[in-house]
Amino acid sequence: MASTVGEIDNTLDIPGQRAPLVLGGHDFTSVTDTVSAVWEARRPPRAWYIAFAIAVTLLAVLGAMIGYLVFNGVGVWGLNIPNGWGFDITNFVFWVGIGHAGTLISAILFLFRQKWRTGINRFAEAMTIFAVMCAGMFPAIHVGRIWLLYWVFPIPNQMAMWPNFRSPLLWDVFAVSTYMLVSLLFWYTGMIPDLATFRDRATSKWKYYVYGLLALGWTGSSRHWHRFERAYLILAALATPLVLSVHSVVSFDFAVSQLPGWHTTIFPPYFVAGAIFGGFAMVLTLAIPARSLFGLKALITPRHIDNMCKVLLLTGLMVAYAYGMEFFTSWYSGNPHESFISRARALGPYAWAYWTMIACNVVIPQLLWFRRVRTNAWGAFAVAMAVNVGMWFERFVIIVTSLSQDFLPSSWGIFIPTWVDLLTLAGSFGLFFTLFLLFCRYLPLVAMAEVKTVMPQATLTHAATPHPHEHVPSKRAFDYNPDEYEAHKRKKP
Amino acid sequence: MNTKEPKVEGRLQALLAEFDSVGALVTAAERVRDAGYTRWDTHSPFPVHGIDQAMGVRRTRLPWLVFIFGLIGCATGLLLQWWTNATGALDFGWLPTFLQGYDFLISGKPRFSLPANIPVIFEVTVLFAALATFLGMLAMNSLPWHHNRLFGSARFKRVTADRFFVCIDAADPKFDAQGTAQLLAALGPTHVEPLADLPSPARWPHGLVVAGMVIASLALLPPLFAAKARLSKSPLPRIQPIQDMGNQERYKTQQANFAFADTRAMRPQVPGTIARGDPLDDPHFYEGKVDGQWVKTFPPQVQVTQSSVRRGQQRFNIYCSPCHGLGGAGDGIVSARALRLDTPGWVQPTALVGDLVRDRENGNIFNTITHGLRTMPPYGDQIPPADRWAIIAYIRALQLSQSVQRADVPRDQWPEER
Ligand code: HEC
Repeated sequence: MASTVGEIDNTLDIPGQRAPLVLGGHDFTSVTDTVSAVWEARRPPRAWYIAFAIAVTLLAVLGAMIGYLVFNGVGVWGLNIPNGWGFDITNFVFWVGIGHAGTLISAILFLFRQKWRTGINRFAEAMTIFAVMCAGMFPAIHVGRIWLLYWVFPIPNQMAMWPNFRSPLLWDVFAVSTYMLVSLLFWYTGMIPDLATFRDRATSKWKYYVYGLLALGWTGSSRHWHRFERAYLILAALATPLVLSVHSVVSFDFAVSQLPGWHTTIFPPYFVAGAIFGGFAMVLTLAIPARSLFGLKALITPRHIDNMCKVLLLTGLMVAYAYGMEFFTSWYSGNPHESFISRARALGPYAWAYWTMIACNVVIPQLLWFRRVRTNAWGAFAVAMAVNVGMWFERFVIIVTSLSQDFLPSSWGIFIPTWVDLLTLAGSFGLFFTLFLLFCRYLPLVAMAEVKTVMPQATLTHAATPHPHEHVPSKRAFDYNPDEYEAHKRKKP
Repeated sequence: MNTKEPKVEGRLQALLAEFDSVGALVTAAERVRDAGYTRWDTHSPFPVHGIDQAMGVRRTRLPWLVFIFGLIGCATGLLLQWWTNATGALDFGWLPTFLQGYDFLISGKPRFSLPANIPVIFEVTVLFAALATFLGMLAMNSLPWHHNRLFGSARFKRVTADRFFVCIDAADPKFDAQGTAQLLAALGPTHVEPLADLPSPARWPHGLVVAGMVIASLALLPPLFAAKARLSKSPLPRIQPIQDMGNQERYKTQQANFAFADTRAMRPQVPGTIARGDPLDDPHFYEGKVDGQWVKTFPPQVQVTQSSVRRGQQRFNIYCSPCHGLGGAGDGIVSARALRLDTPGWVQPTALVGDLVRDRENGNIFNTITHGLRTMPPYGDQIPPADRWAIIAYIRALQLSQSVQRADVPRDQWPEER
């Protein structure tokens, strides 16, 4: 059985030696035990209960707010003319953006053969699903007459009316629901072998049947694995363009309109970079507490955190570039409305939101240039939290500044959120965390089968052991030696 | 290790050998393959690299299936958008209404424009392909399968954790209980065991079955109600669970309203006004009637002068000429266009200079302007009464101008003699 590791720094690259992705001398048995222990524990840690109580309370608040909204109409929000969109669409774009990192980690890193993804992909995918649920909720409740929401789908009806397929808002419906479904399939497909592990470890009849049902009768057959791996690869290959398309389509909601500050071609790549940025921040926000809470430090190692921080830094720079580019294009266009809105963003009534965004998304992430911050879990956590805040404000700034001051000064107006707006936003976090905490408790938190494939024991060594009788699995040979790393680190200037 | 013929309750179905490392499994797989077995499999907690070759597994055809379904999705996305948004103008009258296309005309843009349709085509393509991947993978693996003889083995539970297995089916043509057991034992397994039919196929727990059935039957209720509502008629008004704007906050007739000194919500009439619909005190001027008869004259407050006829001409050209034509012949541009387009139900406006209108009393024409007539819309709320009378004066002038006798025109104004 593996020891529980304190923080071992495995972020250095030693030439000729593969950096271990699983620490603490784990073997297949102990990896399975460690991950299943979260589920098998009679009681989850106390922190789980506290978090769950808060999350469920917020979820109830969300339910109440939606009920209040349905019975009173969208007037209970701070929306007005010209601000037809406010917190609703801000929250939608915020959550759907978070929902992108999961598939990015699972699909794009998978295609790039980035093995470190295995420690965090299950998390990230779950996060995606729950974030997309939160995201999908906002457009659904913002339509006013929610009971007519089915009008967005092409369902044959007695009015002989169909949705208008030339509207970006309808593209959104298709993009987000396809994304939801494909992410769900991807998540579930990857989870089948791990659900089978839970089935095989079930201690009660009920657990056996429920997890048996979910595992679909998986036996780990190599013939099945063969097709499974193909299917997984294909799903990754499908999800990769999908993830890029979804946020591009979300950005079309703005870019296709004629409003200054929205009508720019930079929006699709800018939104996608922002989504990855915000999404990685959320993965860090979830992974860092969870790994200490559930004893997964050996599987989600400092190297994972370090890598995620690097992605965060890179995408943060892209986002910063986009902010700069917005000013450039508005100036270069020579369009007085465009340059007005750029100035209004930085200096107008929402300047405080704009500068919060710049501080959180551009300034604070620069701390990640320092290795010391990246390898310190709580340092990384703090930066990730800042980015979470910053990315919310980014969407708020984009939406509200452009709307509140459009072409005609006589129709300008300021958006002020009501208490319903604020509580609905808080409630959406309740929904997200309730689902996430349930996931932590009842589903395999780390992709066990996948982690096993990146362990040294999984590589074929039978060439070195000509006769199976002599094959003694030597655990030590693959063991990670922290001293060696320390020595190497000291050599570095 | 037991290498004798395995003892087993029931019919021997398969032999299962357990290994504890990847290397041992791959070597074993190669040996079993070389021994010529065909109905066998290996099981592992994760995909073992190199096992496909070691077992001689052929490449799956799954990608082709996905490709085909991707193409179907692409065509579906395209056809869906074309059908629903671009075929409304085509004649598909023989289809039920709810399946017909709808003619979306938005800002004069083309009904069918591929660039605008690409996002949805892309999404539907991915959707179909992803579903095909998932369902195809399951179907090719014959999953889900709730009951499997492998689950009868207690050791096999570790296949999802840390153990590797080779399982040779008794139905294999090369299978021979003793020989196969020997072969497996020679591969260095940690254990070999025979598998039999499960004594009784695993059953779902009773509670689960009942709960499932209850949920399934409850789930049938909403579609049944929907179907009933769809197929039957009701004299009751539509149920409106949320009272959109049907029920607003406002004062009702006998309520108190403290914004007013007399606290009456129902306000008394402002002196000098009349309520809508109440009779006016001057029926000649306002209705064109005296003693219930259409008047032939103009009311006393209307002076027919050159300037009032001019005014009438101007109002007539604005309000009436689009339909009745500048000359009053009933040939205005609205009518001309309606006739050109063959608009169904279009009634040509009456020629105002014809005998019919010539014989109408002034009061009657006044009434036509005020309230409209059959297909002619009312203009009472757009044209004040004095202007209506001015228009009538102008119509009379038009009528005169178009049926003059030589004798009616003073000699010195005869055109050919000017
Ligand atoms: C929208 C087109 C339209 C406009 C504008 C319009 N009319 Fe007409 N009018 C008609 C049509 C159509 C008829 C024939 C109605 C019928 O017979 O059903 C008609 C009939 C009449 C008649 C004959 C009524 C009768 O007694 O049979 C008079 C008089 C008349 N219009 C006067 C006017 C005057 C005056 C105006 C301008 C204030 C006017 N109309 C504007 C369409 C129009």
